[in-house]
Amino acid sequence: MADKESAEAVISEIHRRIAEAFNVFDNESSKSVDVREVGTIIRSLGCFPSEAELHEMIAEVEEEEPTGYIRFEKFLPAMTKVLMERKFRPIPKDVLIQAFEVLDQEKKGYLEAEELKKYMTQEGEPFSQDEVEEMLSAALDNKENVIFYKDLVSKMTFEDL
Amino acid sequence: MGCGATKSNELQLKKYQRGSIGVPAMRAALLIQRWYRQYVARLEMRRRCTWHIFQSIEYAGEQDQIKLYNFFGYLMDHFTPANSERNLISHIFRENEICRDIEWERYFCYKNIEVPELYSGPHLSFPLTVSNVADLVEAFKNKQQLHTRYVLQLLLESWKLLRMLPNINQVSTCQTKEITICGDLHGHLEDLLLVFYKNGMPSVEKSYVFNGDFVDRGKDSIEILLILFAFMLLYPNNVHLNRGNHEDYIVNLRYGFTKEVLGKYRLHGKKILKLLQKIFSWLPLATVIDQKVLILHGGISDTTDLNIIAQADRHKYVSTLRPPKRRWVASGGNSTAGRHKVNGRMDNSLQRHCSLAYNSPLRSRYNFQSRSMQNFSSKVNLAVEEELKEQRRMAGLSQSYHDLRSSLSSDSDSDNYETYEDDSNEWKQIVDMLWSDPMPQDGCIPNEVRGGGCYWGPDVTEKVLRRHNLQLLIRSHECKQEGYEFCHNRKVLTIFSASNYYEVGSNRGAYIRLGPDLVPHFIQYQANRSTRELTLRQSVGETERSALRALREQLFAHKSDLLYAFQDYDTDNTGWISLKHWATAVEAVLRLGLPWRVLRSQLVTTTQDGMLDYQGWLRELPITEPKTELVQQSLLETMYKQRSNLETIFRIIDSDHSGLISFEEFRQTWKLLSSHLKMEISDEAILDMAVSIDFNKDGSIDINEFMEAFRLVDRTMNLPSEPNHTKTDE
Repeated sequence: MADKESAEAVISEIHRRIAEAFNVFDNESSKSVDVREVGTIIRSLGCFPSEAELHEMIAEVEEEEPTGYIRFEKFLPAMTKVLMERKFRPIPKDVLIQAFEVLDQEKKGYLEAEELKKYMTQEGEPFSQDEVEEMLSAALDNKENVIFYKDLVSKMTFEDL
Repeated sequence: MGCGATKSNELQLKKYQRGSIGVPAMRAALLIQRWYRQYVARLEMRRRCTWHIFQSIEYAGEQDQIKLYNFFGYLMDHFTPANSERNLISHIFRENEICRDIEWERYFCYKNIEVPELYSGPHLSFPLTVSNVADLVEAFKNKQQLHTRYVLQLLLESWKLLRMLPNINQVSTCQTKEITICGDLHGHLEDLLLVFYKNGMPSVEKSYVFNGDFVDRGKDSIEILLILFAFMLLYPNNVHLNRGNHEDYIVNLRYGFTKEVLGKYRLHGKKILKLLQKIFSWLPLATVIDQKVLILHGGISDTTDLNIIAQADRHKYVSTLRPPKRRWVASGGNSTAGRHKVNGRMDNSLQRHCSLAYNSPLRSRYNFQSRSMQNFSSKVNLAVEEELKEQRRMAGLSQSYHDLRSSLSSDSDSDNYETYEDDSNEWKQIVDMLWSDPMPQDGCIPNEVRGGGCYWGPDVTEKVLRRHNLQLLIRSHECKQEGYEFCHNRKVLTIFSASNYYEVGSNRGAYIRLGPDLVPHFIQYQANRSTRELTLRQSVGETERSALRALREQLFAHKSDLLYAFQDYDTDNTGWISLKHWATAVEAVLRLGLPWRVLRSQLVTTTQDGMLDYQGWLRELPITEPKTELVQQSLLETMYKQRSNLETIFRIIDSDHSGLISFEEFRQTWKLLSSHLKMEISDEAILDMAVSIDFNKDGSIDINEFMEAFRLVDRTMNLPSEPNHTKTDE
C-alpha cells in the first residue's frame, strides 16, 4: 500500500472496511449481527482463523450475558486490532498443497472422495456433513471421481481476490 | 507470506514420519479446513453483496417511479391553457372514458370474437368447470396461450364476482381447515406451478390466499392472472385475492406487464389492459383469517384503521399512485338528473379544496406525495375540464351508494368538505396498505425509498394489532432470501413466493400453511431444478455476474457525475485517485448504500499501488452498441439514465398502444423532461436525436426500438447485457 497518509487515516479506512462488511449482515440496521455470521465477516476481511481462534474472538466481543447477537460497538475495536496486528494471516498456496500431500500418503497426486471426506470429518476441526458435501461437489473432478488438489488450490485461490 | 513459514517447517519436519499419520494428518487437515472455511465465507459475503445490489437497484427504480410522478407534478405547475404541451399532458391524466357498468359489459364484448378452427389452445365454457381450469393450467404449462375471446369472457366473469366482494375478505378455518398463503408471484409461472405441485391445486378442501403482485417483471403475468381468476370463479369461497401495489396500470407501464400483454395479444391487447385497469381496482384489499390473522400486501401505518378501509369505495383508486377523483368536479361535467350541484357551490368547494391542500395535516408527513399529487390534481381538473367536458366523467365510476347519498343531500357543501378529508384519509390508508415496509425502530416515517407508504415500527404493529384484536400480520412486498421472514417479535411475517426473483439462484420462494391453531408452517422451494445441482460457487457466480452487470450499468448511467466527483479528489490533476476516494465518491454519486470497499475488487481490476486511473476505468464501463450513432454522448448518457422514465412516459402517451409515438410527441416529452432536469437542449439537437432513433425512417419512433437503442455491451465481460425489462413471448 503506497498510502502516504497518517496513521489516523489508515485506521479510519480500516474502520470503514469493517463497518461495510458488518453492515452487509446487519439486515435490520440495528448495529448488530447474528453471532453465527461473525465468522463470515471476519473471514471476508481477509483473515484465516481456525474455529478455535474464532470462538476465542467471539467470546471477546460477546455481551456478558450472550444474546446471540454481536454489537458493532464491541466488534469494531477487536476487529481493528486483528487487522492492524495482521493476525490470522492467509495460508500460502505451497503450504496448502503440502498439506494435501501429507494426506495423500501414496503420492498419487489426487485424493479419493472417501479419503478426503474421512480426513475432513474426522481430523482437525471436523466439517459437518453439509460442509463436506459442499466441498466435494466443488472439488470433485466428475470424470474421474477424485480430487486433483493442485488444480483445486489454484482454482480456488485464483478466485480469491 | 506472513507466519505461514512456521507451519511449512513443521510439516517438512514430519515428512519422514510418513508412515504414522497421527499428528501431521491432523495438522494438514486443520490447515485445509481453515482455508476452505475462509473460502466459503468469501463466497457467502459475495452472495450477500449481490443480494444488496439487487435490492438497492430495485428500490432505486421504484423511487424513480415516484420521482416520475413528481415530474408530472412539475408539469402541472407549468401548465397553462395556451401551452402546446397540453395535449400531451392531458393524455397522462385522462381517466377511463367508459364508466357505466352497462357500457363496460358492452365493452367486454367477446361475442363477436370468433375462435378459429386452427386454435389448439384450451376452450372454456362458463360457468367454469373443474376440467376447464385443469385444462387451462395444463395448457399454460405447455406454453400455450388462451384465446382472446376466452380471456375477455374470463375477465368479465371475474369482474362481476370481484364487484360483489367486500374490501376485506373474512375467512374462517373451521370450514376449510387449512389455508395456504402465497406472496408475490410477479409473473413467475414456474413458481405457481411448483406451489400447486407441492401443495395441491385450490379446491373446496384447499383454500388459498394470494397476497398481491401477481404481475410485472416475470414473463407470464397474464397466465398467472388468468389461472388465479379461473380458480377464484371456480371456488369463490376458497380462493381469495388481495391487491398488490403492482395491480396498478401505471406501475404496469413501467415494469413489464403492459408490454407483455401487448406482445402476446397484438389485436386485443389494449382492450384487455383497459379491462384489467378496472378489475385491479376491484380487487379486495385484505383478508382476515378467524378474525385474528390479517393478510395484506404491503403493510400498515400508525393510522391504519380497518373500519375506514372496510367502508371505502376501493374501486375509486384505479391507480394507488394517484389521488382519488374529486366528486365535485365530476358533477360539473355531468348533467344527469338528480345531481344538483351548481357552479357557485363548486367554486366554494374549490377554494376550500385549495386551502386544504396547503394546510393538510398529511402534508408534513407525506411531502413526497402530497406536493405533486394533491396540489395539481385540483388544478388540472379545472384547466383540463373544458377540453374533456364532452367525455364521460369518472363520476359514473363512483356510482356508489355514498355518491348517490351525497348528491341528493341538501347540505352538499359540508359533504364536499368531508368528502375531501375522507378521500385523502382513505387514499392514505390504501397507499399505506399496499406500499409500506416494516423497520426495526419504533415509529412511523414516510417510505422514501419506495416513494409511497411508510416504514412502520414494532410499536405500530403492537398498536394496530391490539386496536383490532389481531395476533399476526402477514404481508409480502419484499423479497426475502429464504422466501419468508419474521420481524417485530414474530408479529409480522413476510411471505414471498417468486423464487430466483433477482436472478437464477438469488432466493427461494415460500408459502405458508395455516391451520386452526393459526401457527404458520413454511414450505420453501426454488424453481429451475438445475440451480440445486449447481455448487455454491457456481450459483453465486451466476447471480453475482448479473448483479455486477446491473451495477456497472448504474455506474455507466452516472459517468459524468462520477468524473466530476473523482476530479474533486484529484486536486493536482494527475488522473489518479486512491481507492479510498474512489469508494467515497461512488457512494456519494450513486447513493445506493452498497459496501463499495467489499465490492471494489469486483469492479476495479486495474490498480497501481492502491491508486486508480479513473478516466481509464470510466472508459472501460459498458458502452452502447454501435447501432446508436447518437449525436451527443452526454445526451446519450442522460437518456440512458432516464430510459425507464422515458419508456413509461412514452407508453402513457401511446394511448392507443400502437407502440409508436410521433416525432412531435418525442420532442415534447424530451423537452419537458430535460427542462425538469435543468438541462439545456436545443430543438435541433432533439430532432437530430429523434431522426437517428427513427430506425424505420418512417417519421415515428418505435418505443421498443428506442429502448433497444440502449442495449449495453459490457466490455469487461465481453457479453451484451440484457435489457432491463422482460421480453415478451413472440
